[in-house]
Amino acid sequence: MTLPEAGSAIPQCTVDFTQRTEYHQGLDAIKAAHKVLKEVSFIPSRPEKGYNGRSLHVDLSSLEVQEKPVTQQMKDLFIGGRGFGLWHLWNAVTPATRWNDPENEIIISPGPVAGITQYPGSGKSLVVSISPQTDIPIDSNVGGYFGPLLKFSGFDALELQGKAGQDVILFIDGQNGIIRVEAAPLEPVDSHVLAEILTRMYAVDEADRPNISVVCTGAAADHSLIGMLNFSWWDKRRGCVRLKQAGRGGIGTVFRDKRIRALVCRGPVVKADLNHPADFETLARTGIKLHKEIRTLDGSQCKMRRNGTAHIVEIMDAYDLLPTHNFQFGSHPDTHRIASDVWEARCSQATVDGCWYGCSLACAKGADGVVLRTGPYRGHTVTVDGPEYENAAGLGSNAGIFDPEWLLELNFYCDTYGICTITYGTLAAFVMECFQRGILNLERTGGLELVWGNAEADLEMMHQMARGEGFGVIAGQGVKKMKELFIANGWGDPKLIQDIGMECKGLEYSQYLSKESLAQQGGYALTNKGPQHDEAWVIFMDMVNKQLPTFEDKAEALYYFPLFRTWFGLNGFCKLPWNDIAPADNASTAEPAKIPEHVQNYLDLFSATTGIKIDKETMLVQSARVYNFQRVFNIRMGKGLRANDVPPYRSVGPVTREEYESRAERYDKQMVEDIGVDPAGKSLDEKIAITRTYRMDRYSKLCDAVYARRGWTADGVPTMARLRELGLDVLPEVVAIVRAHGG
Amino acid sequence: MIQVNGDPLAWTPGLTVRGVLKAKNYLFPLLIISIDGARVEPPAYDTTAVPDGAVVQVIHLLSGG
Repeated sequence: MTLPEAGSAIPQCTVDFTQRTEYHQGLDAIKAAHKVLKEVSFIPSRPEKGYNGRSLHVDLSSLEVQEKPVTQQMKDLFIGGRGFGLWHLWNAVTPATRWNDPENEIIISPGPVAGITQYPGSGKSLVVSISPQTDIPIDSNVGGYFGPLLKFSGFDALELQGKAGQDVILFIDGQNGIIRVEAAPLEPVDSHVLAEILTRMYAVDEADRPNISVVCTGAAADHSLIGMLNFSWWDKRRGCVRLKQAGRGGIGTVFRDKRIRALVCRGPVVKADLNHPADFETLARTGIKLHKEIRTLDGSQCKMRRNGTAHIVEIMDAYDLLPTHNFQFGSHPDTHRIASDVWEARCSQATVDGCWYGCSLACAKGADGVVLRTGPYRGHTVTVDGPEYENAAGLGSNAGIFDPEWLLELNFYCDTYGICTITYGTLAAFVMECFQRGILNLERTGGLELVWGNAEADLEMMHQMARGEGFGVIAGQGVKKMKELFIANGWGDPKLIQDIGMECKGLEYSQYLSKESLAQQGGYALTNKGPQHDEAWVIFMDMVNKQLPTFEDKAEALYYFPLFRTWFGLNGFCKLPWNDIAPADNASTAEPAKIPEHVQNYLDLFSATTGIKIDKETMLVQSARVYNFQRVFNIRMGKGLRANDVPPYRSVGPVTREEYESRAERYDKQMVEDIGVDPAGKSLDEKIAITRTYRMDRYSKLCDAVYARRGWTADGVPTMARLRELGLDVLPEVVAIVRAHGG
Repeated sequence: MIQVNGDPLAWTPGLTVRGVLKAKNYLFPLLIISIDGARVEPPAYDTTAVPDGAVVQVIHLLSGG
């Protein structure tokens, strides 16, 4: 189809969204090759007030399948979701455990409220493991049906430990009470094929397909550290499988290291009351209120139902926040080519896109009729999920790629190969800047001309990653390990390589420019798992609104928002219905940035599901327990201290001359007004150095303020007083670790 | 001259709230705007004049993640 020019009227997508290449022809032969390695029965159950009271543990080495009780202490201290994941992981590993040790686990837990169908954005699962990229716990939230179907089959969490001797599928049949480990020797590898085949294989008939969800990854997870997990759901209108991603931190790589080909859950037919909530009427009433709000206001607010999160592409560009050319710059003249009106036109609008039942925000857009031009699926017609904002920015502007069709192809292959799009975007941008600066060249990349905007070379690097060949294997190690390799090889100035490689703790940055927001620099580098925006996105509050003028103000924001966001991950909520839609009278509230009416909705939903009344303060305490526990977990794994919270300088200020000159007026003004130095007569290099010293000093002061507000020592260790306040002092090993580190 | 979120902006006769948003390239749809402490609702952005010397606050609501 023809794409619109900037400013022109938006054409309607005319692609038939039911047409695509199908992959189930070889299904019978694939199924016939399966061999049952272990089968056990269980009694399916439905949650009572959001909890089943048991989790499922599968040891892939011994094929032992075990039910474990969910204790009252677990519920009190960790709630569910990310909290349960961290607690199970804590008990499974030792400080010496690394990602590819058998004792490392992958835990999937949806949280007590997850699976309600009354309120938009209530079907999330949290996935937790020791990350191959960071060597500390990673948590990743994901839509799709697996988590809720697991819970409605009878389990509050699934623990996967050990390593299988061959490629296996774990099948959980919540209708018939069967758990089966099957050898799966002939399965295709890539997600869009595998999820379709397995959905058809395990559904008893067409009507049963919505009750099936598949978790799988793709070819790249076998050859990289950045593997991602896809969680599927059956899109009845399109007649195909759709995918949502647990992307960050390489959990897909752990999945394949355990020789898991796929998880398949067959749950019951989803109904409105499967959580057996304490107060169904409140759930219904609260949901209806938000549905009306979305229907009335989304069209004049963020247009999530038409654009998904891609609605902010041009907004980030306008505020100088869109990462461009490896986070050097914040905008680009060609952004209009990947702006929201392009995606609105390219994605099918004739169908509803929600990744769990009842989500009227429906942001899981799909671009249909995409005919692939490269790789093993060249010529195939596919549906591409997204692109979401992070994909458009990471795979697009950050690599200098502004062709939407190439962007869709990059997005597609990331998904089906099992590659985190955010991680890939940031590592490809790093590679391209290294190529620009001579750190890499054609010889070192094996002939890949990785210049800005070269989508075909970018895709070939991705195909190499999936095949386990060439420079793609190096890139698939992630930015941190590439930095180490390039420096060890003497390929460039080590300081420059460290400065421009956008990772912290080993995890790549997500796609926002934090250079001009000190609070956001902390919002990224002071996270538990690494620089992902799902803890604290405070750029507008800090840089645009100027609401955080002091270190204490910034610290307060970096106290509140990470805890508030953590709570979503404990319960199975999506963030988007919180503040990508706002009530009509939100402006008249005392704290409009927090969307108080929606906060109250969440308190009501929790209480109505679990029967436990909570208020705003209790909500933060629930989060703070898990947040501080995760910090101590990081310390237990040899990290989690101040030295691990240092950002790359690219995220703090201008590294290169071009960057300084692109904002020279801003930086010179800051030198006069804030630093007290007259830039006149100073060389460019001197000005860069003065700015750097000033900004890093301010970052250090920010750390002091944030640690103090969080109740941590100057080295970033939670204090004993904070542990006692949160009730974590009942965990002896947590106390011992804190004491050993001066907490 | 007016102040917008603490930064100076040149004032011109007939300047409206919409004109301020355009001058600052503020595209984000979820905003709370006040002039000298008095809130201006979205339907009035095109018609509300911003006086010389005004202190304008444009709060962008995207926050927290």
